Amino acid sequence: MPSKGLVTAALGRHRHDRARLIDILRDIQAQAGCVSPEAVAEIAAGLGVSTVAVEGVATFYHFFSARPAGTYAVYLNDNIVSVMKGRAAVAAAFEKAVGCKFGETTPDGRIGLHRTSCIGMNDQEPAALINGVVFTSLTPAKARVIVEGMKAGMDPKAMVASFGDGANASKIVRAMVKNNIRKEGPVVLAPFRSGSAIKKAVKLTPEEVIAEVKKSNLLGRGGAGFPTGLKWEFCRREKGEAHYVVCNADEGEPGTFKDRVILTERPHLLFEGMAVAGYAVGAKEGVLYLRAEYAYLLPYLQKVLADLRKKGLLGKKIAGKTGFSFDITIKLGAGAYVCGEESALLQSAQGERGEPRDRPPFPVSSGYRFLPTTVNNVETLCAAARILEKGGAWFKDMGTARSAGTKVLSVSGDCKKPGVYEVPFGLTVRRLLEMAGGTDARAVQVGGPSGCCISRGQFDRAIAFEDLATGGSVIVIGPQRKLFEVIHNFMEFFVEESCGWCVPCRAGNPLLLRKLEKIMSGKGTPSDIADLESWGKTIKAMSRCGLGQTSPNPILTTIQNFRELYESKVDRNRDFKPEFDLAESVKAASEITGQKLAAHDPENPHA
Amino acid sequence: MSKPVIATASLAGCFGCHMSFLDIDERILDLIDLVEFNKSPIDDIKTFTKPVDVGIIEGGCCNSENVEVLREFRKHCKVLISLGECAIMGGLPAMRNGIPVRECLEEAYFHSPTIDPADPRLMPGDEDLPIILDKVYPLHEIVKIDAYLPGCPPSADLIWKALTSLLEGKPLEIPYSLLKFD
Ligand SMILES: Cc1cc2nc3c(=O)[nH]c(=O)nc-3n(C[C@H](O)[C@H](O)[C@H](O)COP(=O)(O)O)c2cc1C
Ligand code: SF4
Ligand code: SF4
Repeated sequence: MPSKGLVTAALGRHRHDRARLIDILRDIQAQAGCVSPEAVAEIAAGLGVSTVAVEGVATFYHFFSARPAGTYAVYLNDNIVSVMKGRAAVAAAFEKAVGCKFGETTPDGRIGLHRTSCIGMNDQEPAALINGVVFTSLTPAKARVIVEGMKAGMDPKAMVASFGDGANASKIVRAMVKNNIRKEGPVVLAPFRSGSAIKKAVKLTPEEVIAEVKKSNLLGRGGAGFPTGLKWEFCRREKGEAHYVVCNADEGEPGTFKDRVILTERPHLLFEGMAVAGYAVGAKEGVLYLRAEYAYLLPYLQKVLADLRKKGLLGKKIAGKTGFSFDITIKLGAGAYVCGEESALLQSAQGERGEPRDRPPFPVSSGYRFLPTTVNNVETLCAAARILEKGGAWFKDMGTARSAGTKVLSVSGDCKKPGVYEVPFGLTVRRLLEMAGGTDARAVQVGGPSGCCISRGQFDRAIAFEDLATGGSVIVIGPQRKLFEVIHNFMEFFVEESCGWCVPCRAGNPLLLRKLEKIMSGKGTPSDIADLESWGKTIKAMSRCGLGQTSPNPILTTIQNFRELYESKVDRNRDFKPEFDLAESVKAASEITGQKLAAHDPENPHA
Repeated sequence: MSKPVIATASLAGCFGCHMSFLDIDERILDLIDLVEFNKSPIDDIKTFTKPVDVGIIEGGCCNSENVEVLREFRKHCKVLISLGECAIMGGLPAMRNGIPVRECLEEAYFHSPTIDPADPRLMPGDEDLPIILDKVYPLHEIVKIDAYLPGCPPSADLIWKALTSLLEGKPLEIPYSLLKFD
């Protein structure tokens, strides 16, 4: 139970700033193991806001819990690639060794077992977070060793036996995470000398910087593909007492982990990209919104920022340019996929529930603190820095006519070489599968659950905005996999992650999931497939943000590309077959009241 | 030529949808000219006496009798319409769906503020009473439904438009204004 002392200290640390509520809650959760109703009340009193306001935020995020999550809170990834790589056995080993089920905490409060959606480690699953420390490539044996350690009271950091490569092994990170960089491209993963982009940028006017980025044809890498130069121009043109650059490092789309690798190996390139953006739009402050799952990188990223300040590449008079100052702060999330949506991210960065805003106004006019803001993905900002270093024309020469440059892909699932591949746009899925050792795939999920599931016949399609658009997630689904299991996993993800603001997404996705389960259980008819299609279309059309607008895709794209699979599961001789079973549904009440159905048998009303 | 036959019922609903039906006001006189009512609370005919063209149901299914009536409707009606939020989604009654049946019954019969503490706790279990289902179901999970008219309640204009289109054999085109609720 949190003592008043903890709350007072946390409030003090964060200067009683309502906008830092998430930081305050993170501290309490870490120290007390939960954010109890008492703590909520104390925080509310301390901030001078209503209890409901604090409770609303505390209950929104996955990593805050009202009840103790355990001195050791184990969050095991439940995404499909984790399942493919043996999650079930690992989970069973944890349960057996700990002595409680997932979703529970041991009676002594020491260990809690929880599930969580993709933690950005799909290339090394099954993976788990324990008090923020990452454990990858788990096996039942490793799980048992970890439980031993927890029972012995070890620090989770001390339980990390071996470290990954590159900066993962550095003193300040000490993570077992591997980079798995399989292919370095010229834009993002190539070596970068700090200063080479910003020094060129400050020799130009901000307008010229924007013109160079426009010339490169760079499109946003976060998913929506909006032209970056244009976004900066819109932002620059807006009037406001301040402008902001916000980097979206929420990377929540299951199967994406390329931003993790960029943050680990090219953070100076990213931060320089933010400075370039700051110069272009006229911002003095930048915010990196880092997903909670990557908090293990925080001290390291802080150090990189400090180094850049020392080198005069952040702070005042950057690169010697009088009048240009820019600095970056890092804000942590607390577990919510929807916070990757830019307006939800801004709400979250302001210490609110991560619920998307109405758009318009778009962030370029009303963004962070409701002032003009450019929100860009990690990879976009890296590419922008490189464009300033090497020129827009150089960049535009790579890729396809409509999709310039390279794309950093996160490849995982049933392939021999999962990891990060920086490839020119226009690469076919087939070629990628050859590189990754997954040519026998029966299907490939491009763009994560919100993207598209393609069949073997479509492997010659190209990864590009004009064909298969992707934020980076490529999940290879091997010949042995049951596709329905994959679709089901993705739909459960959307049901879990919907922020609940609008009905089509909040209620529609559970309905799709149940329909899917009906078909999977062999009780479906052709009308159920038709319902999935028509309801899916409604949800896409009527939802407020990109989450709901894409959430039916796992079902819709597989109906489109694997229709025979659905048809083989349904009873074609009947148009309608209910799942409803009267005898089953009266059981609970019968046991309580003693009534019997026979007297009410609707098939035989006069019995 | 004989007139098309209509039947209606209220299951786990509040009768609000029927009220809205009556809100077609004087158009009800036109309707009487156009159609004949069979089983319905509007004319108090209790059992089906002939095949019906259009069945209209308000409310979802919360007990075994609701299911019985619904299945009877499906048997007798060519076209079956779910009328209103409760029929389509379960509506307000479905708020109990997250609560175990035992808790619901005990709340109603043991703990509600109107129970006299001096009375013995009795759970009604008479064989003549319908049995409560484990949860409230929307109609389409139990029988095939041909059309849905949304709203709580659907407006009289929407009901009128739907019925007249159906009777004239025209496709139902609902203007956005009749579907926009806020
Ligand atoms: C549900 C949802 C999740 C998203 N997650 C991310 C994310 O993790 N990272 C990201 O950069 N963009 C994400 N986006 C896209 C952002 O809204 C936004 O378009 C992007 O950050 C803009 O940056 P860009 O122009 O550089 O691509 C997400 C969008 C939605 C609807
Ligand atoms: S679509 Fe879903 S996630 Fe987006 S605002 Fe609506 S309920 Fe929230
Ligand atoms: S939909 Fe509304 S008006 Fe109709 S029965 Fe339900 S609660 Fe009553």
